[in-house]
Amino acid sequence: MSKPVTLSLPAPRRRFVNLARVPLTSALALLVLVLIIAMAVFAPWVANHDPVALAPAFRLKPASAEFWLGTDAYGRDLFSRIVYGARISLTVGLGVTVLSILIGLPLGLLAGYFRRLDALLMRVMDGLMAIPGILLAIAIVSLSSAGVWTVMVAIMVPEIPQVVRLVRSRVLSTREEPYVEAAVLMGTSTFKILTRHLMPNTLAPLIVQGTYICASAILTEAILSFLGAGIGTEIPTWGNIIAEGRVYFQLKPSLVLWAGLALSLCILSINLLGDVARDALDPRMKKRGAA
Amino acid sequence: MNSPTQDTLQVEHLCVNTADGKPILQDISFNIRAGETLCLVGESGSGKSVTSLATLGLLPKGALQVAGGRIVLDGEDVLHVSNGRLKALRGSRMAMIFQEPMTALNPVLSVGRQIDEVLQTHTDLGAAQRRAQVMNALEQVHLPDIERIHDAYPHQLSGGQRQRIMIAMALVLEPRLLIADEPTTALDVTTQQQILKLIRELQQKHGTAVLFITHDMGVVVDIADRVCVMRQGRIVEAGAVDAVLASPREDYTKSLLAAVPSLKPRAARREAQSAQVVLDVSELGKVYPPAGGSWRWFGKPREGTRAVHDVSFTLKRGRTLGIVGESGSGKSTVARCVMRLLAPSHGAIRVTGKEISELSAASLKPHRKRIQMIFQDPNRSLNPRITIGKSLIEGPMNHGVSHAEAWARGQQLLELVGLPADAIGRYPHQFSGGQRQRIAIARALAMEPDVIVADEAVSALDVSVQAQVLQLLDDIQQRMGVAILFITHDLRVAAQLCDDVLVMQHGQVIEYGPAAQVLADPRQPYTQQLMGAVSGKGWDFATGQRVQP
Repeated sequence: MSKPVTLSLPAPRRRFVNLARVPLTSALALLVLVLIIAMAVFAPWVANHDPVALAPAFRLKPASAEFWLGTDAYGRDLFSRIVYGARISLTVGLGVTVLSILIGLPLGLLAGYFRRLDALLMRVMDGLMAIPGILLAIAIVSLSSAGVWTVMVAIMVPEIPQVVRLVRSRVLSTREEPYVEAAVLMGTSTFKILTRHLMPNTLAPLIVQGTYICASAILTEAILSFLGAGIGTEIPTWGNIIAEGRVYFQLKPSLVLWAGLALSLCILSINLLGDVARDALDPRMKKRGAA
Repeated sequence: MNSPTQDTLQVEHLCVNTADGKPILQDISFNIRAGETLCLVGESGSGKSVTSLATLGLLPKGALQVAGGRIVLDGEDVLHVSNGRLKALRGSRMAMIFQEPMTALNPVLSVGRQIDEVLQTHTDLGAAQRRAQVMNALEQVHLPDIERIHDAYPHQLSGGQRQRIMIAMALVLEPRLLIADEPTTALDVTTQQQILKLIRELQQKHGTAVLFITHDMGVVVDIADRVCVMRQGRIVEAGAVDAVLASPREDYTKSLLAAVPSLKPRAARREAQSAQVVLDVSELGKVYPPAGGSWRWFGKPREGTRAVHDVSFTLKRGRTLGIVGESGSGKSTVARCVMRLLAPSHGAIRVTGKEISELSAASLKPHRKRIQMIFQDPNRSLNPRITIGKSLIEGPMNHGVSHAEAWARGQQLLELVGLPADAIGRYPHQFSGGQRQRIAIARALAMEPDVIVADEAVSALDVSVQAQVLQLLDDIQQRMGVAILFITHDLRVAAQLCDDVLVMQHGQVIEYGPAAQVLADPRQPYTQQLMGAVSGKGWDFATGQRVQP
């Protein structure tokens, strides 16, 4: 019998992002996003006016110490409305991301593992993908009442196939790994094979995909609001603010610009953080990008 | 033109460091004369490939850099020439062939085009002249039907043909130096023998100097004039091949040579008459369905691919049966059918008397325990995201063993396979390849199986580690009386471990019998051909002498 070999064990691998190495743009993106989130969470304290209180006496006031970014056509404080608008945008972005992953992940695992189910499920997903997302959202919202939930469901449905396809492709390649076959041979139940051996491999790309879903959901929500097919005009959202400001664009362009700026900054920073996550989770992509 | 005695390549005191200063190569010096073959031999991580990349000026930028020394090719220091000159040198003066010809060739260009491209880059010849040269090159590497091959794409050729194309491409400009990095490792033994012969022949014809990199001592015997043994970035021993092999000075060289398995079959073990037959396979067949289904509107139905046909064997407790054959012979399909990872099309598989070939997935579960598998690639056979302890206890816990009991058993098994018991909480990436293969063996043993199927279980390991793992399998078999079905392409390994040997070709059994008979005195021409092609057959590693034919 061979004697026990001595193990040379390397230091535990660092699995976190090294903050000192994060490029400046990513750090800025993180800062912006944290500010926007803080703004949304502490909206009642950040906003210095009621975002929906009508005040005809103060219509279209320029920026001042009282109204930081001026007022809109109904005399509502623009800054407060943008602060409250962040709540809707972030809720929709996060909600759509979580929901689409919660639904797409199990479907993707099943489609990747069971050949028969795969054919059926993926044809359904192909069908969903063929529908233009915004049209579907408009249809769903116009069929039911326009609330945050309806908007989230409407935006989520076209995102599900993306998640399913991503998870399925990872499962298809991982299920051929010998350690998955070894688990089958040891009599491990299918549920455990899916959750323990296959699912963890899909999480890294899912996190990255999640950030992109989040950004695109925020954008879609703003588009729906802008078109008047989203959340009702009585609630301040960035899309609503831009839609209402559009009428007065020549008179007072700042109504559109500030909300637009908040929207772009938010989406840009989420996308940039998505890239950071991708580089940290899959270093090979980073090298390819740098070359 | 140089006279044949002059050195084509001189490497002097070459040192290569990583970007953060860690030495990879230290003080490497060797020279190769025209028409001579120098083998760099060593285990993985010894720096063989880095040496060849440095010679070609292909070290990955930013990761590795030359820290000192000279590399002189035909009087020109490769380390101090411009990038443009280096490009011109590669191809015209030195060329390289790689291990895996499929990835080294462009899949979307015909092979003739790819050879033509080399000529286009390095010469001013017209199209007609280039074509004549390409055809000449294809003929020189003995490819059949060169008109057809010229227009073929890489995927339409076999592995051996692709490697011939690589050689044609490398030699079309008649370089002074040919660097061959494990060019035959991915090939079957018979193909390997042909490629080695081809390299020899072309070398003699053109007086090329060859730097040949390999981990296989057998290949060294077949091709080298001189040999450099490398270890951890240093050359530990160098000299003429016969001198180094016959009287190695360094312990490391001795251990490398000792680890080469002998071709002589192991002494026959006495077989207990009453031993139970644990695996009985009869008339096993596997047909893969044709692409697009067998049904057709007109004409005869499409036929499937017959991967395995009419394979029968029995395996008794405590015995080892080797299935040997070249790639595509169906040996892995047999293993996967026996494991029921594939459903066989015909025949019966009885594990300890119980027929399992037609059981459904659910009714198969209690019988899974009886037969376990060890896979080829130790990097992929353990889930990288869970600790090895969790991998070890997964199987027993599926069959109702309590967590504490399974954990304790896992620790015992780790000690049994030669690892410390407290390593049970570590992750797979903290172990070397050989250690991981030990863990995979422990995982298979945790199920207390009657049969272990080892599919090329030592093929991915270095030769010294391979010897240890083979020893371990043998020990375990003697202790536990488990039967082993050992699938391998390596006849040396088969000779070392197996009591019985089954030779397969094109999905059929060619020869089946005791190892001593099949390997030492083969009856079938195919088996004789296989035995004749084993690398290093001309050297007896046990006595350290050339075998006189």
